[in-house]
Amino acid sequence: MSHDAAIGEGILGRSVPRVEDDRLLRGEGRFVDDLQIPGALEVAFLRSPVAHARITSVDIAAALALPGVVAVYDGASVADRVEPLLNSEELRVPEGIRANIDPIVRIQPSPLLAVDEVNYVGQPVAMVVAESRYLAEDALELIDVEYDALSAVLDPEQALVDGSPLVLSDAEDNIGVHIEHGTGDVERAFAEAAVVVEDTFVSQRYVASPMECRGIVATHDPFSNQLTVWSNTQTPHRVRNHLASAIGLDPEAVRVISVDVGGGFGQKGILVVEELLVPLAAHDLGRPVRWLEDRNENLMAGTHAREQVHHIAIAADAEGRILGVRDRMIVNLGCRNMVGLVVPYNSLCHLVGPYRVPNLRITATGALTNTMCTAPYRGAGRPETVFAMERVMDRLADELDLDPWELRRRNVITPAEMPYRTGILDRRGLPQEYDSGDYPEMLDRIHKMIDLDGFRKRQQQARSEGRYLGLGLAMYLEATGLGPFEGAKVTVLPSGRIRISTGAPSQGQGHRTTFAQIAAESLGVPFEDVELVAGDTRDIPFGVGTIASRALVTAGNAILQAATLVRERILATAADMLELDPEDLELLGGVVRPKGVPGHELELADIMRALPVTPRGSGRDSLSETSYFQPPNYATSSGLHAVLVEVDPDTGRIEIDDYVVVHEAGRIVNPQVADAQIVGGTAQGLGGALFEHLQYDASGQPVTTTFMDYVLPTAGSMPDVRLDEVVCPSPTNALGVKGLGEGGAVGPPAAIANAVEDALRPFGVVVHACPLTPNRVRDLVRATQL
Amino acid sequence: MADSRVRTATTPPLLEPSAWHEIELEVNGEIVGAQVESRLLLVDFLRHRLGLTGTHVGCEQGSCGACTIIIDGQASRSCLAFAVQADGASIRTVEGLAPSGAPLNRLQEAFHTEHGLQCGFCTPGFLMSLTALEESGEVGKESIEEHLDGNLCRCTGYVNIKKAAHKALLGTSEEAAR
Repeated sequence: MSHDAAIGEGILGRSVPRVEDDRLLRGEGRFVDDLQIPGALEVAFLRSPVAHARITSVDIAAALALPGVVAVYDGASVADRVEPLLNSEELRVPEGIRANIDPIVRIQPSPLLAVDEVNYVGQPVAMVVAESRYLAEDALELIDVEYDALSAVLDPEQALVDGSPLVLSDAEDNIGVHIEHGTGDVERAFAEAAVVVEDTFVSQRYVASPMECRGIVATHDPFSNQLTVWSNTQTPHRVRNHLASAIGLDPEAVRVISVDVGGGFGQKGILVVEELLVPLAAHDLGRPVRWLEDRNENLMAGTHAREQVHHIAIAADAEGRILGVRDRMIVNLGCRNMVGLVVPYNSLCHLVGPYRVPNLRITATGALTNTMCTAPYRGAGRPETVFAMERVMDRLADELDLDPWELRRRNVITPAEMPYRTGILDRRGLPQEYDSGDYPEMLDRIHKMIDLDGFRKRQQQARSEGRYLGLGLAMYLEATGLGPFEGAKVTVLPSGRIRISTGAPSQGQGHRTTFAQIAAESLGVPFEDVELVAGDTRDIPFGVGTIASRALVTAGNAILQAATLVRERILATAADMLELDPEDLELLGGVVRPKGVPGHELELADIMRALPVTPRGSGRDSLSETSYFQPPNYATSSGLHAVLVEVDPDTGRIEIDDYVVVHEAGRIVNPQVADAQIVGGTAQGLGGALFEHLQYDASGQPVTTTFMDYVLPTAGSMPDVRLDEVVCPSPTNALGVKGLGEGGAVGPPAAIANAVEDALRPFGVVVHACPLTPNRVRDLVRATQL
Repeated sequence: MADSRVRTATTPPLLEPSAWHEIELEVNGEIVGAQVESRLLLVDFLRHRLGLTGTHVGCEQGSCGACTIIIDGQASRSCLAFAVQADGASIRTVEGLAPSGAPLNRLQEAFHTEHGLQCGFCTPGFLMSLTALEESGEVGKESIEEHLDGNLCRCTGYVNIKKAAHKALLGTSEEAAR
């Protein structure tokens, strides 16, 4: 594929093979469960077996008496010591949103262990700490809890109806969030429209399912009075801050280290009660304590995602130009609102994506239900909202008898209109502005790559033979590079090697490599000389983390800033040593030399040795700078997915004949890594389109709690994804980069649903929801024949 | 002086309330003797008693393949076996593929050059499944697909894993067949 040769000279922009691979390929990774900490105790949680009940008694005596059990905690034993959990940063309502939209945002803190009520199946009720996980699980059997069942509500729309059972018995209703926002005059737009399409589209509940479940090990060292926590979190500084305040320690007395992480995808990006309880036990007991979530726990009680209902309407003129969009969305928050506005607002402000929509009215309501909480998962509200918008676009195309490609071409914002203001407020409460992008070019590329005209002929031909081919398109854009900041410390080590420290750890994205590429290029040192410490709170005081397609934009630019400062200091110090002007020196290949004068070279190690006694170095014994980057706006990346399918209406089987993604994410630091992020995301989206569905039965029991029931894509179900890219460097940051980690996951449900509906057009099938399992496809076809 | 090829497993500090067994087995060419409880999973034995943490636990149900090792020449799920069942067996884990300090083997190298891993958690399982396939002498495009289907990866979308497998086992860098 083409990567623009004009950008990224040197190491930046090259597909450097990843430095992190060697250890991982040898089995020498260090995931949380790989840490060998002598004397570590292990934790198992007793979890609620019922969706909603009053706890009438908890008896832990027998469990405590079991040999090998060291401690048992129940709700009563922690409630008076630790405040219920609040993910406080996420719950802040930005001033602009508060002042202009005035949303309802209700926060329901999570008790660490249930006290007198349980609100979903899987809620932690007691924690056993024992000499091994085997023994801890034995002890769970001995804890006696009596429940008095209460009515439960599982359906989010049902939960909003007056008189519905209350999810939390002490709440006034089941509303967690309510937002009303828009622009223009929607009523008029719909009144004047030549055509209006209105329908309901549903995004099912599915989950991140990282291959490594969540895990945490904590140990308290009485000598340094330091609580050290190894966690597979995406946000180590947040864990540190929450933990310190929850347990009552100074933040600097808590060190959180993010080790190798076996995938996060957002699930490891917010704090959960287990992450507070395990360190609490370590602090209490003076011994290392470890909790490794098992798969059953992860599927049942790791944060879920995606579940939304959209009642959407679109109005257009006779040529298919969009006049207005109306959407009433209901977000199933689960039993508590974990992250405030984040997901509903993300859905709201990404609904219309790359299209020019002059009149827009959206209401988003977050409903509480007696299910596990939902929280951000790769895309965080975008796949759901894009599903609604791209489905209604195809319904509109059908109504107007236009090709869906042509309808999109008529409505996308053009580069000449950039930067483009949508008329609504972004998640920070500022006017939403797309910084750059070229959506018409993406459509043109797709047209060629899939040979649209040729496909339509083949489709006609196939239909006459009783075969059903379909094309599905899905466009989206993403506000990436979320603030408020990320930092980087760039340090020349005594050996002359360079160490970068940042608060944005990697969960497989390859930061060790891409961040080193940025530092090497901006310093003028060999790539091999750069090492990375990401996610150790002792190494850099502040950080946010790796979430929301932000790390490259925020940490990347912080590295650039800090490296630029360090480079200046290196040159200034060398200038003192050589008694030359810094302007006359260059730093290339890791050595400083007078410009154009070979042979007179200083290595970084030489400079480090001389540093304390040089005029500028005296009083400062290091070449180290810390810099924080605060993005002035979102960097808007985008994507267009096109899929060609063949559907067998008798068996419901969907065969993917071709899958093409054109993406745009600004300047690319490492094409191989970037492409792999897109493909990996696409696989997760395909999972949601075709297989994945976290289901509850009518009583609120999750029934998909193993990988036998919760079906993930495998190698055989994944097509070869063909990629192309458009490059529009972001004007919001010096590197010109945009985030792309989540994008791949956003397109597939809409693209596949559009393709299946297109294939089954002769039957008049309308796809309202995924996953499009063979059963569901057969049901759709049968329903039209009744 | 003990034979340097004999590794002694760490015995946990506390007896668990189930029967104990003496076992002896070969792990990556070393003879290992150990006392294990009846219910100790083989994967936990390898990881926690022998310190061979390259084999990962992903689902404990045999579904994900992250714990795949080779037992007597067969790719096997170490989360579905008890340590006591491995008495007398010859076991290979990912640590046995390339000795520490030595270059990666051809399969590992292909995963590296084709970017066939991201977080790397599932990687040992894939490497061991494919190693067993290679040694079975039944390498072909179809058998590769079949073997890959037994392991879950959540990061890569499999495309680069397929490329790596094809490159290493078929000597082609062609894109995997659809």
